[in-house]
Amino acid sequence: MKAPLQSRLVALSLLALALFSPPLLLLFDRPAAWGFSSLPVSIYLIWALVILLAALTLERPDAD
Amino acid sequence: MQTNWVVLIIAFSYLALLFVIAAWGDRRAEQGRSLVNSPTIYALSIAVYCTAWTFYGSVGRAATTGLSFLLIYLGPTLAMLCGWLVLRKMVRIARSQRITSIADFISARYGKSSGLGMLVALIAVVAIMPYIALQLKAITVSYGVLTEYPNLSPPDLSLSDFWNDKAFWVALVLAVFIILFGTRHLDASERHEGMVTAIAFESLVKLFAFIAVGVFTCFVLYPSPATLLSQAGALLPEMERHFGLDQIPGGPLGWFGTLVLAALAFITLPRQFQVLVVENVNEQHLRRACWLFPLYLLLINLFVIPIALAGLLGLPGTGEPDSFVLTLPLAAGLEALPLLVFIGGLSAATSMMIVETIALSTMVSNQLVMPLLLRWRRLHLEESHDLSGWLLGIRRIAIIAILILGYLYHALIGEAYSLVTIGLVSFAAAAQFAPALLLGLYWRGASRNGAAAGLVAGILVWAWTLLIPGFALSGWMQTDFIERGPMGLEWLKPYALFGLEGWDIYTHALFWSMLANLGLLIGVSLFSRQSHMEQTQAALFTNALKPEAEMAAIWQGHASRYELFRLVQRYLGKAATQRLLGPAPTGDQIDSAATPAMLAAAEQGLTGALGSATARILINSVVRGEALDMASILSILDTTSQTLEYNRRLEQKSDELARIGTELKGANDRLRELDRLKDEFLAMVSHELRTPLTSIRAFAEILNDSEDMAPEQRQHFLTIIVRESERLSRLIEEILDMARLESGRMTLSPQRCDLSQLGHQAVEAVTQLFEQRQVQLDVELPDTPCPVIADPDRLQQVLINLLDNASKFADPETPQVLLRLQQHKHKFSVSVEDNGPGIDEAEREKVFEKFHQIEHQQQGQQVAAQRPKGTGLGLPISRGIINQLGGRLWVAEPEVLGGACLRLSLPQALEEDQEVSS
Repeated sequence: MKAPLQSRLVALSLLALALFSPPLLLLFDRPAAWGFSSLPVSIYLIWALVILLAALTLERPDAD
Repeated sequence: MQTNWVVLIIAFSYLALLFVIAAWGDRRAEQGRSLVNSPTIYALSIAVYCTAWTFYGSVGRAATTGLSFLLIYLGPTLAMLCGWLVLRKMVRIARSQRITSIADFISARYGKSSGLGMLVALIAVVAIMPYIALQLKAITVSYGVLTEYPNLSPPDLSLSDFWNDKAFWVALVLAVFIILFGTRHLDASERHEGMVTAIAFESLVKLFAFIAVGVFTCFVLYPSPATLLSQAGALLPEMERHFGLDQIPGGPLGWFGTLVLAALAFITLPRQFQVLVVENVNEQHLRRACWLFPLYLLLINLFVIPIALAGLLGLPGTGEPDSFVLTLPLAAGLEALPLLVFIGGLSAATSMMIVETIALSTMVSNQLVMPLLLRWRRLHLEESHDLSGWLLGIRRIAIIAILILGYLYHALIGEAYSLVTIGLVSFAAAAQFAPALLLGLYWRGASRNGAAAGLVAGILVWAWTLLIPGFALSGWMQTDFIERGPMGLEWLKPYALFGLEGWDIYTHALFWSMLANLGLLIGVSLFSRQSHMEQTQAALFTNALKPEAEMAAIWQGHASRYELFRLVQRYLGKAATQRLLGPAPTGDQIDSAATPAMLAAAEQGLTGALGSATARILINSVVRGEALDMASILSILDTTSQTLEYNRRLEQKSDELARIGTELKGANDRLRELDRLKDEFLAMVSHELRTPLTSIRAFAEILNDSEDMAPEQRQHFLTIIVRESERLSRLIEEILDMARLESGRMTLSPQRCDLSQLGHQAVEAVTQLFEQRQVQLDVELPDTPCPVIADPDRLQQVLINLLDNASKFADPETPQVLLRLQQHKHKFSVSVEDNGPGIDEAEREKVFEKFHQIEHQQQGQQVAAQRPKGTGLGLPISRGIINQLGGRLWVAEPEVLGGACLRLSLPQALEEDQEVSS
């Protein structure tokens, strides 16, 4: 069996790439409060989420 | 506004603090209580990625092009997410191969090619020099802003009064720092623990300074972030501040292009390679760094947008967007915070310059200068006893040269570039290493020629689409070729190559350069042959994460211990040599051969100091004979070869099993056949025995039952009974003979006898019988004696049997039998011929089988058909006897009478046999 850690990290990288790339990103580019776009907030939130997932994946004690 | 000297004292005190920290780190490392052996320190040292460009430039970009500043950090985040897979592989390779720089890495991957190493080193120097200039510019500008505020005239830069430029002095101090902590020793490992400690500290300083400005902006300057945002929303023009995707140069495509560019550059920038791979102490540290470093990036970018908005709101008091971080607290009239910001910017700039300069100077000395020196001045260097001083000298000169060149660049043309432009141009150049580096990690077929062709093509496209137009826009040359193409060739316009328009210049350059780079790398690799060395290294690199790849290259061949010792000592010095190879050889040891382990250690040590290509040349110079048995190494390294070997053995085993199976089957078949024959034999024997027994019993019962039988008839029946009894006893006799013959228990007593005489005796014995059957017997026996070695009784038995058979099978009308004895050279042959129907060609061997009866002979003889003429054992027994006597019995071609002809031949007895017997 392939190490689950590696597979999880590859999947997470692909998820992050998809979320940070235009087609999905355009969905977040909506007008928000005070005339700003919702894009910056979305990106910061996604970024934090990705880091959290990476930390949870990598710091698991049972990881290889 | 701060007075000059306060700023200067604080700045140089900060640099002095760096010295102290670095010295402390080195001291701890020497004591074995390493500070850098921690994943957090490792992650912080990776933050050398955040330069003055991040510190000042991010806010500038946010104020002008919106969110595009984030891409520079999202790219590395992506790269770090796959770090556990990709970077760990690079770290492991670098450890086992003692890699010292990215040039060394690429050179080692492609067969330790020194040419490729030079190419990478050259590209790196050309591409990174502006980046170093950028840091110096940031220091000059920030110092100017800090001391001259609110007078925001741009600092006057000219080479003539460089001693007034603080950046020059900072560069000088840094040169001292780098020489002290970057080239202290030439150990096998090119790690600089003191320097890494200082870098990690600087990362904390810049993060703290930036967050301090952010907190000040969001919570002091404006009571809350919401207030800031609502004011910005009300006061700033729509286009400047809504932070949508349409603000990004090049739109969605430009976004994606810059994202990829940043991800690639993060791995391939020489300083990043240095901290990520070379300075890595333990690959397990990557585990934490892979998420901690992205978190650092997130934190340092958290306040970029608020600061940019506040800066835009504070115009014109805040001046250039690139200086917002500094001018914002200055405009608020603060004293301490601007100083902290200045120190933060200084730390960002100095950390980058320190690591980049070390990385570049290692490349320059190991990949550029040393190979050339060894080639050009080989004789001179061969004589020198200690080259470690040389090496350190070259590296120190390289450090000073790089910093001076960076300063010159900054002083001469730094003015024309904005911070952002220089950074991304350098990124695009560094990204050219990515195909050769990353593809080389996973594709074994990538070849040296392909990598070289790809690098050259990629860097040429980069120069044409980014560097040269950049120079032109700086006012160094005419700019009309950008608008109309060189010499009116529209399709060569640097910002719209082949008519590809509407892209931002970085995505455009990245696309074309990567297309050329990757295309040539793959194309040329597919059509060129790899050398043995390349194949070995490719296997080592691509299989680095597999457990069996732990083995380092094995040296075979012979080198004297003394020569090896002298070689290593020349380059590394005495202490390092003893650490690597043990005490210096003395007495008998001088002539003894170095062990493969010593050769490997020496190569690793030299690689750490000089790079892999040079080390290999040097070791080759002292190893005699076959330096490296490529075939054996390939067979060890080739992971598939083990599987193949295993498969081959399995195949052998199964072949063997199949063969044994066939043999067993054959043996079983033979056993079955023998079993069948035995059953047949038994059936035949019982049948043969029962036939005479039945007739004896029948006639005996008749005699018993009928008392009034005529005496003649009674006599006739008795005769039959007697004859059948004789036949029965003969049969039993023969069966016993047969059994004895087959078990080898028949004992013959061979002696010298006369065959002719035996023939006469046999004729006499059968005369009575022949007369009864009215068979005419012709005898042709020579008068001379015919000596043979035989058992006379048995031989006579055979002759009688043959004559008896012949009389039975002779023509019934006029039966004739011929007995003839002839001499052929040293053999005597006796043939018994009859004038019967003869024996078919196909039957001739079968008559010697047990109980075989020639069936067709019985047709037409109604009386005889009921009873077989013989027992069917006579001929097999005869043949057995003759064979045992050393002769032959067979069915021959009839010569005289045309019926069956049975012939036996026996060797003539020699003279000495005669003497023995007489």
